[in-house]
Amino acid sequence: MGEVEVKLLGSWMSPFVRRVQWALKLKGVTYEYLEEDLKKKSPRLLNYNPIHKKIPVLVIDGKPIAESPVIIEFIDDMWKHNPILPIDPYERSVARFWAKFIDEKLSNVVRMALFSEGEEQEKAVKESIESFEIVERELFKEKTLIGAGEGIGYLEIILGSFCTWLPAIEEGAGFKVFDSNKFPLVNKWMTDFLELSIVKEDLPPRDRLVSYFQQIRHFVLATKK
Amino acid sequence: MEEVKLLGFWSSPFVYRVKWALKHKDVKYEYLEEDLWNKKSDLLLRSNPVQKRVPVLLHDGKPIAESIVILEYIEEMWPHNPLLPQDPHERAMARYWMKFGEDKAPILLGFYLNFGEEQEKNVKEAKELLKILEKHGLGENKFFGGDEIGLVDFAFGWIACWLEVMEEAVGVKLSEAESLPRLHEWIENFKKVPLIKENTPDRDRMLSFYKQRREQRRESFISSRAS
Repeated sequence: MGEVEVKLLGSWMSPFVRRVQWALKLKGVTYEYLEEDLKKKSPRLLNYNPIHKKIPVLVIDGKPIAESPVIIEFIDDMWKHNPILPIDPYERSVARFWAKFIDEKLSNVVRMALFSEGEEQEKAVKESIESFEIVERELFKEKTLIGAGEGIGYLEIILGSFCTWLPAIEEGAGFKVFDSNKFPLVNKWMTDFLELSIVKEDLPPRDRLVSYFQQIRHFVLATKK
Repeated sequence: MEEVKLLGFWSSPFVYRVKWALKHKDVKYEYLEEDLWNKKSDLLLRSNPVQKRVPVLLHDGKPIAESIVILEYIEEMWPHNPLLPQDPHERAMARYWMKFGEDKAPILLGFYLNFGEEQEKNVKEAKELLKILEKHGLGENKFFGGDEIGLVDFAFGWIACWLEVMEEAVGVKLSEAESLPRLHEWIENFKKVPLIKENTPDRDRMLSFYKQRREQRRESFISSRAS
């Protein structure tokens, strides 16, 4: 297979970009990383993702792909060694189901809590907690997730990126969703996940992330009014 | 002997996505209608404890939920008559548009789900989203899948077969042929495909159902505002 030119448009503060970086690292793919300033979106970002204007965008021989779960599946399709998704079709469907649930019922809802206040924020916080209850109860019951110590695959990337970022979002926005006493299984898994070298090696500094989320929250709330 | 069951609801476009895929692949299955409003079956609640909704596919007793996830499963289990492109980049584009449809569904269906100001906002945004879908998703192709239908066509099948019935039930038009000519051409082509033509719910029954549901939603909306 010939060499392909791989670029990744991203931002240091995005857990969605981090997902793609982990996937590329698992496959040993060399790529050019291009940091985007989201306050001042570059012509290249607007060119490669005209619809959503968001990162991450993976560019393969000049052709863009957006949306982190789509990008990860693409990476798995392109480079067949070290599979990221399970091989078995049924296990793949379970991984995809939970990845969708985590993004729709946790990532998105926590984002709503980050960018709202008062009753609207309370509602989002409550919904996030309910989603964590489902994850604690249903996702961990069948040992669907591989033990974090055994390496990472698709679902671990999706859940792990979200959980890694969550504390900084909570602190930046001033709300609490994850109570480690209430969710012991998720908590244990998260603790192990954070010890993985692929995860540990270049996480953004916590205080820098907190500060970022404080600022972006302030900015968005001011814009709403 | 492979046993395939589909838990569904007669009017659901999400269930029909799965039906179309199974029929396209010539997979024999047993269909079980769920009484969603009165009493969901134990099988449904056991098979989809997280969302408690249809469609759920059961293959040799193992449950798969979420229509888009089920579509990918069907494509992988029965790879003949492919519904996704072989090329990884084209596959990624197909997945991108399916995700677009899922992510934007609350806005696209907002004209039916919501009322007042929120509904107006949704309608305005939905019209823009349909333009994006037409221009970037469909482009110059006959179908989203290219010359033949594929998973993306199934995913947007509700626009072809359900939208105008819902528009009539609500009294709001989202999709005008003049402003979305290529999308309307796709609608006509999609509805003509024999698989689709022979597998769509009865229009009169749908209209009456959606009118009734809309009224029920309106009553809930009004009473929640009054409190």
